[in-house]
Amino acid sequence: MATVLAIEGTRPRPRRGAGRFTAFLRAFMRDRQALAGLMIVAVAGGAAVAAPLISPWDPLKSVEVDRLSLPGTPGHLLGTDEQGRDILSRLIWGGRISLLVGIVPTVAAGLVALLLGLVAGYREGLLDHLIMRVLDVFFAFPLVLLAIAIVGVIGPGVGNQMFALAVVLVPYSTRVVRTATLSVKPLEFVEAVRALGAGSGRVLWRHLVPNVLPPLLVYTSTLVGLMIVASSGLSFLGLGVQPPTPDWGVMVGSGRLVIYRAAHVATIPGVIIVIVALGFNFIGDGLREALDPRARQ
Amino acid sequence: MTSYVAQRLFGLVPVLFGISVVIFLGMKLIPGDVARALLGPMGTAESLAQLRGALGLDQPIHVQYVKWLWRALHGDLGLSPIVHQPVVELLLPKFGNTLILAGASFVLAATAGIVLGVLAAARERTAIDRVSMGASLVVGNMPPFWLGLVLIVVFAIDLRWLPSLGMYSTRGAGGLADLLAHLVLPAVTTAAAPGAIIARMTRASVLEILGHEYIMVARAKGLAERVVISAHALRVAWPPIVTIAGLQLGYLLGGAVFTEEVFGWPGLGRQLVSSVIARDVQVVQGAALFIALSFVVVNLVVDLLNLYLDPRARPA
Repeated sequence: MATVLAIEGTRPRPRRGAGRFTAFLRAFMRDRQALAGLMIVAVAGGAAVAAPLISPWDPLKSVEVDRLSLPGTPGHLLGTDEQGRDILSRLIWGGRISLLVGIVPTVAAGLVALLLGLVAGYREGLLDHLIMRVLDVFFAFPLVLLAIAIVGVIGPGVGNQMFALAVVLVPYSTRVVRTATLSVKPLEFVEAVRALGAGSGRVLWRHLVPNVLPPLLVYTSTLVGLMIVASSGLSFLGLGVQPPTPDWGVMVGSGRLVIYRAAHVATIPGVIIVIVALGFNFIGDGLREALDPRARQ
Repeated sequence: MTSYVAQRLFGLVPVLFGISVVIFLGMKLIPGDVARALLGPMGTAESLAQLRGALGLDQPIHVQYVKWLWRALHGDLGLSPIVHQPVVELLLPKFGNTLILAGASFVLAATAGIVLGVLAAARERTAIDRVSMGASLVVGNMPPFWLGLVLIVVFAIDLRWLPSLGMYSTRGAGGLADLLAHLVLPAVTTAAAPGAIIARMTRASVLEILGHEYIMVARAKGLAERVVISAHALRVAWPPIVTIAGLQLGYLLGGAVFTEEVFGWPGLGRQLVSSVIARDVQVVQGAALFIALSFVVVNLVVDLLNLYLDPRARPA
């Protein structure tokens, strides 16, 4: 009997966290839509990273004689724009800034929301009330219009565009973190950790953060698609990325000026925005279903 | 019921106060002030000081805020230093134009979204369900400014069915028919993404209700599927659908900015963008106030409508 126990004792036991992660990974990889999303994002991201290697032309180089060439023109697979710049090359290089402007504000807002939501949910009382009432004010503005108004105050430009988009996202993400914190906080394991003498910092960092991260991650991933559309919109309006920098929103905006002569200049970058936004949404949906055991069953 | 409405209205006071503070402070964050903007580069230090005194800009910030709020409550949002026109006078007609666009888009989005959603739920896992939900997924991710351009290319440039710019023809007689012709493409563009979201949410709500036992009883009684859905499922599914549709109205106002820009629709959103580019802060501030107030009113109406539709939500 003692021998059996000894053997059982030495047998490596799967770690709970690792087991959960494997189950999540398996569920995610079984989701064909999520995999398609991952592939879309990987292709767009990979092309953006490898832009200097794979871009056929300089995205800023204008060739006067090649202006408004149609897709399929030899040497210009997707044609050229109103200044004779290769559209494919501009799309590849534009991915760098377009993806960045979609992802950075979402992640930044997620981090700020993590802090605010944890503090509001954990401390409750006056501080919670104060934080949530201040954020309530921001809910009174439609998201995109608030971003435009903020850019109106601080001025156009890429940095300001990212700042404005991050600010408008904070209330939404904070609500998600606070709700998750409030649902985890009364659980027995948190009480047990506190009874063992853990301080607030340890409870928050070691026990609450790992539990509020999954819902925040899911929410954030669905926001990236929305932010890619919103940020391209700000650039389209001339309030974000400024020409001639290649950016998908800027490309639609400048293509609009020649829409009557060459519709492809504005429509092709829009197709890319739709596909990449869909890709991020597919990933978000896949993450939600893989992280939610009820959905998995 | 009356006390709930009163409570809800009372709850708006801190939100409205917060909105006014955010908008007022937002303007104060900008380098320079209205006096400098009004006088332009030619203003001398003396005239600047004089105008600041006349506008009350040399007073403590809380005094300035109270005076600004008092004036705003009386319909005075100041003077635009760029177009030299009172802000309210400038924005009111644009707000009306945006309401026409937003109203038409909302009716379109809600009707199409709810019909598609109910149809997809009633025919779950059929081709209708797959096609309509697939389409709503794609349309929901379309940037409105891009969709607007595509519609212009197809319906205004290629087919020449509809006008692509403005609210009325410059050479036409105007009138309702002209307005409606100009409204079609902008309304479809603005309605597309919210309509797609309403369709998905309606499908989810109706499907959830269709799983309830009382629906099984209604079917077991031999009721036609049409009656089961319209008389039994939809009655319970309405409140969440109304909430989702109401929320979309806010997003619709956001999307309308792009539509107005693409179609040259002379609305509040277009004015906001051009004022942002011109750094006409007085107008940006006024437009933000108009938008926030209409958003708050929409949310209130949606809440009260839900109360009317769902007796369970009414306080005892």
